[in-house]
Amino acid sequence: MLTKRLIACFDIIDGRVTKAVRFQDNIDVAPAEELAHILYEAEIDELIFYDITASSEKRPIDIETVKKVAQLVFIPFTVGGGIKNLSDMYETLKAGAEKISIDSMAVRDPSIITAGAKAFGSQCIVLSTQVKREKNLPSGYEVYIDGARKATGLDAMEWIKRAEELGAGEICLNSIDNDGTLLGYDLNLMKMAQGKVSIPLIASGGAGKPEHLSDLFTETETQAAIISSMLYSPRLERNFAVKELKEYLLTSNIPVRPPSC
Amino acid sequence: MIKIIDYKAGNAPSVMHALNHLGFKAEFAKNKSDLANSTHIILPGVGSAKATMESLAELDLIKPLTEKVLGEGVMFFGICVGMQVLFDFSAEENTACLSWLKGQVVKFDREKVRVPQMGWNKVSFANKSGYFYFVNSYYVMPEDKEIIWGTADYNGRFMAAIHRENIWATQFHAEKSGTAGLKLLNRFLTPEGSECLQNA
Repeated sequence: MLTKRLIACFDIIDGRVTKAVRFQDNIDVAPAEELAHILYEAEIDELIFYDITASSEKRPIDIETVKKVAQLVFIPFTVGGGIKNLSDMYETLKAGAEKISIDSMAVRDPSIITAGAKAFGSQCIVLSTQVKREKNLPSGYEVYIDGARKATGLDAMEWIKRAEELGAGEICLNSIDNDGTLLGYDLNLMKMAQGKVSIPLIASGGAGKPEHLSDLFTETETQAAIISSMLYSPRLERNFAVKELKEYLLTSNIPVRPPSC
Repeated sequence: MIKIIDYKAGNAPSVMHALNHLGFKAEFAKNKSDLANSTHIILPGVGSAKATMESLAELDLIKPLTEKVLGEGVMFFGICVGMQVLFDFSAEENTACLSWLKGQVVKFDREKVRVPQMGWNKVSFANKSGYFYFVNSYYVMPEDKEIIWGTADYNGRFMAAIHRENIWATQFHAEKSGTAGLKLLNRFLTPEGSECLQNA
């Protein structure tokens, strides 16, 4: 059967992985290709790489770092941040990425989802979105853009449904409220989303201990989880090894790709 | 020389990275003459069956590929959509395919499972199994069951890998399946590996 995926997500600044809390105060962790290689060897299932300052600095994505990582890891690899058009997508895929993540750009111009899906296939287009609780919207969640700084007034559930219709192949939901808190994923958000779309869902924001992963995978249908802080945040008293997390999930009867040794 | 077909919607660079990591030299092939000295041909695949067939037609590669693989028996490895297009017909945008092998490509049932299937699934071979990375909304139903090499389960068993004479193909992305995938590519590219499979 298809297993649940553990994804390491890198926020990249100048070719280095950083870690933030609620999208602020990034601290430096390691060079991207070094950490990517370590986690590949540790049998992480997938990598996501956000060039988090590309948009605000109005520059193209850091292709050199994408290339370096792609030569070292032989697992799926998603890249996002600063992608504005089909030609940016093409360059990123040519550098060795499998999937393209689009976020703020898709809110500004939703047609980029369809254009990307037509050109490279839906499986290539990951719609990533930052959402925050907002009781005045029907679903209770609002979409934020520009590094979670700007509210859009868009209802989160309406937006992911539309993104699926437009051709997205996967949805990554980041909870702004839970991000970096280490208190667990927003299960309510993921439960709501699984009823709205039929494409795979990735949960992001809030994981701090192995139980948060088993809660996510037993209480919701979510297929993949982003675990950044748990793996390498220097802010945590204790980091976890991929193997340790997978062994914990296997003993909790959650199907994951087992560690090879 | 090992050739990786480099067409618009493929992920040839990822395959090249994997082969280089294994210590093989390979070249991208974009036209008939690039295929001239091929010992092994790899057809990577991402995107739709239709886009893949159109792209192969545009590069004028359909006839030369068929001659190389079916005529001369050059070793061939198809990946994902690169496996699906080897059959007669794909339900994805009703696409006529290469017809090297008999069978149809059909869609997973969206009522029963999330489509696309995206992630690591357990593939069972004759006497072993392993986990490989899949991204597919469609799967192959072959007429000749003899070609089935490996199967996996997603709302029922489906064909995950093919092996028949010089033709190898996987529905999963061998180039993105960690050590297990690299090992399999290595077997395809080394005579010893191929032989050990024949006898398996």
